Amino acid sequence: MSAAVAIASGAEPMLLPQSGVRASLRRIGALVVRYIYLLRSSGVRLVELIYWPFLQMLTWGFLQKYLAGTTSPYAQGAGVLIGSVLLWDILFRSKIGFSTTFIEEMWSRNLGNLLTSPLRPFELVAALSLWSVIRLSVSMVPVALAAYFIFGFNLLDLGLPLVAFFVVLVLTSWSLGLISAGVILRYGLGAEELAWSLAFLLLPLCCVYYPVSVLPGWLQVIALALPPTHVFEGMRSILLHHTFDVKELWWALGLNAVYLLGGYLTFSWFLVSARENGTLVQLGE
Amino acid sequence: MDERVDSPNQAAREGVAAGRTGAGSPVAVHDLTKFYGAVTAVDHISFSLAQGTTVALLGGNGAGKTTTIAMLLGLVMPSSGEVRVFGADMSRNRGSVAHRLNFQSPYVDLPARLTVKQNLTVYAGLYGIGNPAERIAHIALDLQIEELLDRPTGKLSAGQKTRVGLAKALLNAPELLLLDEPTASLDPDTADWIRWKLKHYAESRGATLLFASHNMAEVERLADRVILLDAGRIIEDGTPAQLIETYGKATLEEVFLDVVRGRARERVQRPEDEVLPARKAS
Repeated sequence: MSAAVAIASGAEPMLLPQSGVRASLRRIGALVVRYIYLLRSSGVRLVELIYWPFLQMLTWGFLQKYLAGTTSPYAQGAGVLIGSVLLWDILFRSKIGFSTTFIEEMWSRNLGNLLTSPLRPFELVAALSLWSVIRLSVSMVPVALAAYFIFGFNLLDLGLPLVAFFVVLVLTSWSLGLISAGVILRYGLGAEELAWSLAFLLLPLCCVYYPVSVLPGWLQVIALALPPTHVFEGMRSILLHHTFDVKELWWALGLNAVYLLGGYLTFSWFLVSARENGTLVQLGE
Repeated sequence: MDERVDSPNQAAREGVAAGRTGAGSPVAVHDLTKFYGAVTAVDHISFSLAQGTTVALLGGNGAGKTTTIAMLLGLVMPSSGEVRVFGADMSRNRGSVAHRLNFQSPYVDLPARLTVKQNLTVYAGLYGIGNPAERIAHIALDLQIEELLDRPTGKLSAGQKTRVGLAKALLNAPELLLLDEPTASLDPDTADWIRWKLKHYAESRGATLLFASHNMAEVERLADRVILLDAGRIIEDGTPAQLIETYGKATLEEVFLDVVRGRARERVQRPEDEVLPARKAS
């Protein structure tokens, strides 16, 4: 059998080039396809993606509606609470999407197969990041539409800064996801709780529902060192005062670059540590 | 080589010799050691595998088999020493050769919710296979899993999962196949079929196989060469027939029991022995 016939019949695999950008994109794509298959395999998962942010949006939306009837000028700010909820959910859902997809590989005991395949660690991270955005879109687009139809809150009223807010929040979620994934890789599923709780650590510090000025001075310094704080301050500024300070955005992006680099280095360090400690052969235990 | 031993396979014996020299070996392990804290899992082992040989890593629980295979795969980093696969240092440059090897173990699974075909498609993408549909169809036919392709992997029996795992491991037609207990938890019929397939694959492709096993029948049937580990050290390295003769036993199982029960000093000493200069006291 000639080589061409053997390849056409599948008797021989036609191995494509293994290095370079195209090879990396192919492997990242293969992993994203794996996550699409997974989501498609369960309607419950799909519903769950929308269910929690939808409930969250309903709760805060009705609270906003109630407060709008009071005399507080802040409470009457158009959709500040719903805006906060939706932006917080971008951060939280993206982080959860990144982390749970990684944990899923450990639950299914598939990580050993992945890490012995030609997949590089940065490709795994890229696939998880890309998938977190896809998953986020599936989750948030219907909820944002529901907020518009139920409460008349149009997320797009935030204008162009919304795109920047989205980018800042997603980048922060990746930093958090990388740290969680690294810790779980090193310490096993016993550290799984971290994946769920790490984002909540930011909830009081990022001033999601109140301005930074509410915090004591020393805590304000910490809050302003976190990129999402600038997003929530910016959102309030747009909705309450119809102004937006672009400097806030550059600060947030600059901080994100530092956190993202730190997140990737942390993940890489834990991966090396897991290889040294042999935890990759005891995954799931 | 000891010509008195009636080896069933002269080529295998030559393979053992070539493997020991390390010349042109797909796998070359030099002075490899792995500590987990105070525990020595692998203790200064050196070996190499000749192209086209099937080699068994044999030893009791905790002998260091899985750790050795994990270091060959790059899943575990050595504490000291070196692992080279197709010339690449697996601690630093695993990516350059990962497409030339593959791996199967009962301790890893393919995602349960995905169908068999979906899983194989994903791994075809990861291994850079340009003709995935044809390759999957061919492998499915060869391993008799065609009727399983559209079933969720998690719903398969142990035997079916093993065949699917093997399909994933053979997808890229690896030159080096690493297997950790390839027939664990399988009924004798399925286990026998898997062994036959592995043997056929290795012989038809000239592929190198390294497998860890507790199953002596499996080792005798598959292996050209046996590397016997105890407490992380290589204590024997030869063909199954050589080991049986060395220990003066009737079967490899008796040799294994001697080793794990610390009775190896009763073995028949050979003057040319260089692998086991001194045994630890039982």
